[in-house]
Amino acid sequence: MRLQDSSMTAETTQAKLTVKNLNFFYGNFHALKNINLNIREGKVTAFIGPSGCGKSTLLRTFNRMYELYPKLRAEGEILMNGNNILDKGVDLNMLRAKVGMVFQKPTPFPMSIYDNIAFGVKLYESLSKSEMDDRVEWALSKAALWNEAKDKLRQSGLGLSGGQQQRLCIARAIAVKPEVLLLDEPTSALDPISTAHIEELVHELKRDYTIAIVTHNMQQAARVSDYTAYMYLGELVEVGETDTIFTTPTKKATEDYITGKFG
Amino acid sequence: MNSQEKRMRQQVLQDRIFRGTTRFFAFFVLALLAGILISLLIGAWPAIQQFGLGFIVGTEWNPVTGQFGGWNSIRGTLLSSFIALLIGVPVSFGIAIFLTELSPVWLRRPLGIAIELLAGVPSIIYGMWGLFVFAPWFADNVQPWLTEHTAGVPILGGLFDGPPMGIGMLTAGLILSVMVIPYVSSVMRDVFEVVPAMLKESAYGLGGTTWEVVWRVVLPYTRSGVMGGVMLGLGRALGETMAITFVIGNAQQPIHSLFDPSTSISATLANEFTEATTALHTGSLIYLGLLLFFITFVVLTLSKLMLLRMQRAEGN
Amino acid sequence: MLSIYARRRFVNFISLSLSVAAMLFGLFWLAWILYTLFKNGFGSLNLVLFTQTTPAPGSAGGLSNAILGSLMMSLVGTLVGTPIGILAGTYLAEFGDRGWLAPVTRFINDILLSAPSIVIGLFMYEVYVVHTGHFSGWAGALALAILVIPVVVRTTESMLRLVPHSMREAAYALGAPQWKMTLQVTLRAAKAGVVTGVILAVARIVGETAPLLFTSLNNQFYSNMNQPMANLPVVIFQFAMSPYEDWHNLAWAGSLLIGLFVLVMNILARTLIKPQQQH
Repeated sequence: MRLQDSSMTAETTQAKLTVKNLNFFYGNFHALKNINLNIREGKVTAFIGPSGCGKSTLLRTFNRMYELYPKLRAEGEILMNGNNILDKGVDLNMLRAKVGMVFQKPTPFPMSIYDNIAFGVKLYESLSKSEMDDRVEWALSKAALWNEAKDKLRQSGLGLSGGQQQRLCIARAIAVKPEVLLLDEPTSALDPISTAHIEELVHELKRDYTIAIVTHNMQQAARVSDYTAYMYLGELVEVGETDTIFTTPTKKATEDYITGKFG
Repeated sequence: MNSQEKRMRQQVLQDRIFRGTTRFFAFFVLALLAGILISLLIGAWPAIQQFGLGFIVGTEWNPVTGQFGGWNSIRGTLLSSFIALLIGVPVSFGIAIFLTELSPVWLRRPLGIAIELLAGVPSIIYGMWGLFVFAPWFADNVQPWLTEHTAGVPILGGLFDGPPMGIGMLTAGLILSVMVIPYVSSVMRDVFEVVPAMLKESAYGLGGTTWEVVWRVVLPYTRSGVMGGVMLGLGRALGETMAITFVIGNAQQPIHSLFDPSTSISATLANEFTEATTALHTGSLIYLGLLLFFITFVVLTLSKLMLLRMQRAEGN
Repeated sequence: MLSIYARRRFVNFISLSLSVAAMLFGLFWLAWILYTLFKNGFGSLNLVLFTQTTPAPGSAGGLSNAILGSLMMSLVGTLVGTPIGILAGTYLAEFGDRGWLAPVTRFINDILLSAPSIVIGLFMYEVYVVHTGHFSGWAGALALAILVIPVVVRTTESMLRLVPHSMREAAYALGAPQWKMTLQVTLRAAKAGVVTGVILAVARIVGETAPLLFTSLNNQFYSNMNQPMANLPVVIFQFAMSPYEDWHNLAWAGSLLIGLFVLVMNILARTLIKPQQQH
C-alpha cells in the first residue's frame, strides 16, 4: 500500500492526520489510552502535559519511530491522506520521508553542513549539482540559517552553536519536503534567544507544512500553536483552539495545569 | 510515484543485503572458533588414536622411540601460570587499590597508562629481557639467597633447591607474573570504579579506614568481577608462548625443584613443531595445542561469565 | 578502645604501604625492561640493518628482509582482518539486540581475543601449510588477520554503541534505510574509535611471534608471499637462541625496532581516542 501524494488543494482546516482509537503499549504498560484527534493541515498543533503523559510517545507514532525498539506496539488507526500509516504494508522509510522530525537535542550528522542537508535529499531524489546547491540554500534560508552558514557550508555541522545546530536539523528535515513536521521539544536544550529564533521559524513554516510540536513550556504552546492538546497519564484530556484552551478550558484538569496549580 | 516505489523496493533489497553481509561476518567469527577446534582435532588425530587420554598423564616424550606423553608440558603450563597468579594477583590488587583509592587524581591516568603499557610490550621482548638480563641477574643475586635461607625448611627447602642457572620454572613463572599484571589490574580497577560512591561513603561514614572499606565493602561488592579478572589473567598466562620459551629451559624431564629447567605446552610447540618429522610427532604436538586451547577456552569462558554476572549485578 | 583503633590504623598503614609498593613494583619492571631494550637496542642500531639481509651463521648482515617481511605480512593481515572485523562488529552493534547470533558471537569473540596465538598458528598450519605443502608469507599474513579480527570487532562494536541513539533516530526520521544510516552516519561518527581499534590491532600483530613460527617460518633472503618469509619476531627468536654474539646484537636491534613501533602505535591510538569532533 502506498501513500497518496497530497497535491490536491485542500482547505486549510482539513485534517492531515486523523488519529482514531489509538492505544500504545510499552510491553505491558498501557502508555496511550484510546486517543482520538485530528492534526489539521497547515496548522500548528501543540501537545502539552506533565512529563510522562505520553505526548512524545504520541508524536513518535506519527512516523513510527517506536518501531526501532522491541516490545513497543501501537493499536488503532492513524490516517494520513486517507491511508492508515499503522498498516503492516506501509514502507517505513517512505513514511518517514513524508513525516519529518526534529528532536529534543540537536543531532547534526558527523559531516559538513552541506552534506547534512544533502543526505536526506539524496535518499529520494536525484538532483544535479546545481539543483542540490539550490535546495541546500533554500532549506537553510527557510530555517533562517543561510546567512550564518553560507560561508562555511563545507565545515562540520558539529562546529555550529547549539541553536544553529537545531536550525540545521530543521533545515535538514524540511529539505526533503515532508508533508508533516514533528517537533519533539525542539527548544528544550536551547538558550532563550535561540528559542525565540526557532519559534519564529515555526510561524514561518506553517504556511507550507503541517506541524505537530511537543513542548513542556506552556507559554511556548500559547505563542506558536493554533491548536493545543492537553494530555495526562496517557489520555487526551482536551483538545481545541489554542486561544480557547488557554482562556476558557472546559475541563478542570486542563485549567489546573495551565494555571500552574499542578504539574 | 512509480520511481519512488522502485526506490523503496531497491532500499529494502539493499538493507537485506547489508544485514546479510554483516550477519555473515558475525557468523564467520563463530565459524572461526569451530574451524580451529575441528582442524586441531584432525591434526591431532594420529596421536589421539595412538595414546588416547593417557597422553595427558604420560611423562615419556621421545621422538626417537615414537613414545609421546604430554604431562611434562602440561605440568609446565599449569605450574608456571600458577606461580604467575600467586605473585601477579596480589600485586594487581595493590595496583588497583592504589589507582582507585590512593593516587592523586592527576597521576591516575599516566600511571594507568604505564601499567597498561606492560601489556603492550610484545612477548618476544619479555623473552629477550628474560633470557639476557633477568635470568643472569636472578641466578647471581636471588637464587643463591633463596637456597641458603630455605635450606632445611620442609617443602620450601625442596622448592628452592638445585644449581642457580637462572632459567627454569621459577623464572618463567616470575616473568609471566609481570605479564599478567596489566590484565588483572585493569579489570580490578574497572570493577572497583563502579562501586557506588554512596556505598563507600557510608562505610567511611562509620569511621572505616581506607583498607577496611576496600577489604570489607569494595572487594565483596566486586567479587565476581575480580574473579573474572583473575581468570582473564590465567587465560593469558596459560597461552603465553615466547616469553616462556626463552626462559623455561626446554627440558622434557620431571622436575624436583622450581629451579629445574622444564617445558610448557607452548614452549614445546615453539621448539619442536617445525622439526617434527613423523606424523605421530606432529600429531602429538597438535594434541598438546588442542589441550591448551581447551584449557584456555574453559578458563576464559569462566572469566567472561563472572564478568557478565558482575555487569548484571551492576545493572540492577 | 584506643588500642583497637591503634591496631586498625596500623593494619591500614601496612596495607596501604603494600599497595604503594605494588604500584612501584609494576613500574619497576616496566622501567627495567624499557631500559634494557633501549640500552642494548640502540647500541646495535645502524644503517646496515636496513640495507642488508639476515646473515648466514658466522657472517655479518642486517635485517632488511625481515623488516620488509614483517611490514608486508602485517599489512596484508590488517587489510584482510579489518573489514571482516568492522562488518562483524557492525552486526553486533546495529542488529545485535535481537536473536541468538549476536550474544553468542560477542562471547566467542571475547574468547578469541585472549586465545593463545600459538594455537592460531597451528590452525593456519593445518588449513594452509598442510594443503599447499609449504610455508608461506600468505599463511603468516592470514594467521595475523585472525588476530586482528577480534580486536577490531570489539572496538567497532563498543564505539558504535557510544554513538548516541538520537543520531540513529534522526537519520531514520529522514527516511534513511538502515545501511545508509550505518555506513554514512554511525560508522562515520565512530570513525576515530574504529581507527584506534585498527591501530591497536596492528600494534599487537607486529610483535607476534608464535603464529608465524609454523606459517611463514623464516627466510634468509627476500621472498614473495608464496615462499617462506622472513619476519622480525621469528628472526629475533632464532638469533637470540643462537650462540653468536653479533646475532644477539641483531636480535636486540630488531626488538628495539618492534618496541618503538608498538610504542608509536600506542601513542597514536591514545591521541586519536580523545574526542576530536572536527572531521
